[in-house]
Amino acid sequence: MGQKRLMKGNEALAEAAIRAGVQGFFGYPITPQSELLEYMSKELPDRGGTFVQAESEIASINMVYGAAGAGARVMTSTSSPGFSLMQEGISYLACTEIPCVIVNVMRGGPGLGTIQPSQGDYFQAVKGGGHGDYQLIVLAPNSVQEMANFAFLGFDLADTYRVPVLILADGALGQMMESIEFPDYVVKEHLTDKSEWATTGRINGREQHILTSLHLQPEEMEMTNKILQRKYREIEAKEVRYETLFTDDADLLIVAYGLSSRVSHKALELARKEGLKVGLLRPQTLYPFPSTVLNNLAEKVKKILVVEMSAGQMVEDVQLAVEGKIPVEFYGRMGGMIPQPDDILDKLRKMNESTLNV
Amino acid sequence: MYNMVDVYISERILTPDKSMDKVWERPDLLIDVPNHYCPGCSHSVVHRLLMEVVEELDIMERTIGIAPVGCSVLAYDYLNVDMQEAAHGRATACASGIKRVFPDKIVFTYQGDGDLAAIGTSETIHTVNRGENIVMVFINNGIYGMTGGQMAPTTLEGAKTSTCPEGRNLDLMGHPIKIADMIALLDGAYYVTRQAVHNSKTVRKTKKALLKAFQYQIDGKGGTSFVEIVSNCPSGWKMTPLEANDWLAKNMFEYYPLGNIKIPQKEE
Amino acid sequence: MAKIRGSVTINKQYCKGCELCVYECPQDSLKMSTKLNTKGYHFAFLAEDTCTGCINCALVCPDACITVYRGTKKNQLSTVKKTTNSSSKMALKAL
Repeated sequence: MGQKRLMKGNEALAEAAIRAGVQGFFGYPITPQSELLEYMSKELPDRGGTFVQAESEIASINMVYGAAGAGARVMTSTSSPGFSLMQEGISYLACTEIPCVIVNVMRGGPGLGTIQPSQGDYFQAVKGGGHGDYQLIVLAPNSVQEMANFAFLGFDLADTYRVPVLILADGALGQMMESIEFPDYVVKEHLTDKSEWATTGRINGREQHILTSLHLQPEEMEMTNKILQRKYREIEAKEVRYETLFTDDADLLIVAYGLSSRVSHKALELARKEGLKVGLLRPQTLYPFPSTVLNNLAEKVKKILVVEMSAGQMVEDVQLAVEGKIPVEFYGRMGGMIPQPDDILDKLRKMNESTLNV
Repeated sequence: MYNMVDVYISERILTPDKSMDKVWERPDLLIDVPNHYCPGCSHSVVHRLLMEVVEELDIMERTIGIAPVGCSVLAYDYLNVDMQEAAHGRATACASGIKRVFPDKIVFTYQGDGDLAAIGTSETIHTVNRGENIVMVFINNGIYGMTGGQMAPTTLEGAKTSTCPEGRNLDLMGHPIKIADMIALLDGAYYVTRQAVHNSKTVRKTKKALLKAFQYQIDGKGGTSFVEIVSNCPSGWKMTPLEANDWLAKNMFEYYPLGNIKIPQKEE
Repeated sequence: MAKIRGSVTINKQYCKGCELCVYECPQDSLKMSTKLNTKGYHFAFLAEDTCTGCINCALVCPDACITVYRGTKKNQLSTVKKTTNSSSKMALKAL
């Protein structure tokens, strides 16, 4: 481990990506992720990489497609409206099985929205977003430290499974400053060796490599889908990541990710002081979603509260996971507003009273 | 490969004497399969020229091509080099990504008019403006061939397509876009030329232009090389191949004149 | 007989009958067959002894199915007889 540094989330992620051996960064300015782009433009060219400011998010994601397809570790970052523009490219990346890292520092929407933090892109991130049947591995950091950690993890997961990995942060995580330490990281060569499939030119006259998502015969297209789905099942089995707090004796369980998990943590502490037995489950991977963990917890706790900075998106996955065993309630703020611990506490109190009444 | 016995029936087919030397044959890099293009289509001529150029410059081991969306979406089935298939209009963005991270690779894009001059105009302009050291091959046949002959940005005034059945009306549908002339204005453009492949003379010229364009890239000259090829679309234009080439020569060249639009300054 | 210097073989199965080569040939050596190939196209063939091996036909051929030969000395074209399809290895190879 290196020394402690005080950094912005966006910058920490950028620095971590450079340490993870990113060879190319392609991006377009949009608040609240621009520091990531700026950090890359300043640092990456001096440290063996390439920085290009593209003319749009559409161009950025397709530059990622090209360079990653040629075997490089590359990434792009954006915020919500830009993420919408990237969806077509992401669908192509997923189908063509090109590994890369995409960062979405979410802001309030829909439309041009606000520049304040939000979690309104959950569906878009987790349920596909672009056309066709595909999934991204979605990592949801909740601290500046995790912004950095997930950059390393993201590249490794992308290369392991040949999938695009999405780091789903929000404006607050991107902008906040915290002290962090960068872990020691060594690029694993077996992950970065892509000579089996990358389009590098037919070195030594080897067979032609083609990266395409066009399969005109439906049988072939279905087979491509089956291969993808098999991979997704493997990811679901192996890569679920989450964190739990006080779930051993909890009656009420908060499920929250990213920034709302931090607010929920505060609410949990306040509730515990009042004697409410509250626990917290924080998914670190939104896809694959910790459904089994939640299903098991639903046997122990009495009620679940999902807290999000959206109109209620992850709550649907929680409901699916608990299979109706216990009530699932929701508290959310939208459009760039952040839930307050007191409001969550009020909600917890009410839930607790109704639990006692049962 | 095929049973050819049935050919030689009554027509007297002449064959070469054994003492003759082979002076021209299909390039090895053009994959030995029949192509899907319609009879007489310019696409397949340009495919062949590209592979001749890659062979002659001996750059196969570092060449990466980008196929577009359009009739040539399956270009990688014929061009035996590493290829990526890009989203519609985004070929030059993909090429930029590759070339920036791997400057030693030789990267070319192959795009039609819909891909390069309509949906991908932004990528086209900005790729050239950044002076990406790539070769862009632009097939301009004034129509969307693959989707069944709709109006393209380059469709000539009065030309009938399935989405302008009465002929292109400039007041309603805008003007045919001269994208090569547009990008020649950009400082990032190094070599911009407009060629054709409708007869042997123009094929020879186009080959030379392509050779130049790739050589500039190999030499690492500063800027994008852009080779527009005014092409036919017999099926889309609803003509025989001969009629199509005739129509092309009579109508297209007036609006899209052949020749160099921008050449490197010291060669002027 | 005209001064003969060149010849071509045409892969009739790749030929799509576009006739561009026939039109392009300065010596009028090529013709379209009345027969069809397996795809249903009338294919081009070398019908006259006038070929000079100028390769114009091959340059315009969209299907790259023409191979061109040129003789250096006195060359005589041979005719493939319908019964002996192996008389010209070169022709077979090109087919």
